[in-house]
Amino acid sequence: MGLAAGQTVNAARVEAWLWIAQRLSALLLAACVAVHLAVIIYATRQGVSAAAILGRTRGSPVALAFYGTFVAAIAMHVPIGLRAILRESIGWSGARLELATIALAVLLLALGLRAIGGLV
Amino acid sequence: MQDTAPRDASGVLAVEIWRGGTDGGFARYEVPRRANQTVLDVVTHVQRQIDPTLAYRFACRVGMCGSCAMTVNGRPRWTCRTHVSKVAADGRLAVAPLANLPVVRDLVVDMAPFFDKWARAEGRFIPPQEPQSDFAVVKPASAKRRAADAGIECIGCAVCYAACDIVGWLPDYLGPAALNRAWTLVNDVRDAGRDRRLAAVAGDAGCHACHSQQGCVSHCPKQLNPTESIAGLKRATAWASLRGKL
Ligand code: HEM
Ligand code: SF4
Ligand code: SF4
Ligand code: FES
Repeated sequence: MGLAAGQTVNAARVEAWLWIAQRLSALLLAACVAVHLAVIIYATRQGVSAAAILGRTRGSPVALAFYGTFVAAIAMHVPIGLRAILRESIGWSGARLELATIALAVLLLALGLRAIGGLV
Repeated sequence: MQDTAPRDASGVLAVEIWRGGTDGGFARYEVPRRANQTVLDVVTHVQRQIDPTLAYRFACRVGMCGSCAMTVNGRPRWTCRTHVSKVAADGRLAVAPLANLPVVRDLVVDMAPFFDKWARAEGRFIPPQEPQSDFAVVKPASAKRRAADAGIECIGCAVCYAACDIVGWLPDYLGPAALNRAWTLVNDVRDAGRDRRLAAVAGDAGCHACHSQQGCVSHCPKQLNPTESIAGLKRATAWASLRGKL
């Protein structure tokens, strides 16, 4: 592979940590998606208006904690998965791959936080 | 059991066999159809009776040596134990060299990259430095022994390796067989190379490249489950990295 011994060990550690991060974020996502869907179904069934929803979420620490966790999990989970696809399908590697992964994480985090800003 | 393969009136099977290197092509041969005929029998007939320059590989003919794997009607298979009646139900038979390995000539591939990866995955027993005073007792019912048993019957045929898309996309990827072998050794309580082996199989060319779609599992002629072994390696390397051992 043309890598020095130290580099190989390093890559091994990076992949192992990413795997752990993806599993942990997937666990959070499973819970968050379930709660999120339940809330959507409840709100539409009860015919709760947008204003009423905002009235409940504005300034709510529970809403902030929940959607903050949701957004963090997405910003962690999705870039890791797409990183694998970029590597296999487009053949990206090295700094380009890691920068693209981090850029996507930052983008998702920014979009998610903006959405939370509109809700909480 | 009766062989119920469709055959034409003359009892002749038309077979297409790959000739030449990577840029070669299929050539057509007519082979007498026989009861209980295997794909290897067909290839052997062509080489013995029609064209002695046909190159192919086999040894045991009974599914033990792992040398006879080829692409049969688009899928990797061990040819000595693949009956024509099973794969050529529509009367069509095309035999080509295994995918994901360099073609030497005709049906022969260079297996060196495949076995080099077993070496890279530390796929050999690493004895402890200090001399052992007694036999190691390994209980057959212990969890580790059972995990090792589940993967131990690999015959090194490279069928799984040819079936794995990731090997095709990432040529450095160690692949299902080498990783399965590493997992049997990780579960060998007598082995002293665990940390070294886990470091060798982790990373983007190792177990973490696998997506668990189980192409290897569905093709392995020994019904092994490399995907499960690779999942075990992912867990083991995660714990090793948490303990600072990676
Ligand atoms: C926003 C939606 C989601 C997207 C876009 C997404 C995307 C991805 C991608 C691209 C991968 C990489 C697959 C691979 O490397 O083979 C992946 C892996 C994974 N995802 Fe998701 N995912 C999403 C939601 C979820 C949810 C809700 C869960 C949990 C229930 C989940 C669980 C997992 C797991 C466990 C893996 C690891 C698979 C593996 O590498 O073997 N994902 N995800
Ligand atoms: S499960 Fe993993 S090793 Fe098996 S074919 Fe799929 S990617 Fe390859
Ligand atoms: S795991 Fe199965 S398919 Fe792969 S080399 Fe071993 S016996 Fe062949
Ligand atoms: S010839 Fe030995 S496994 Fe087929």
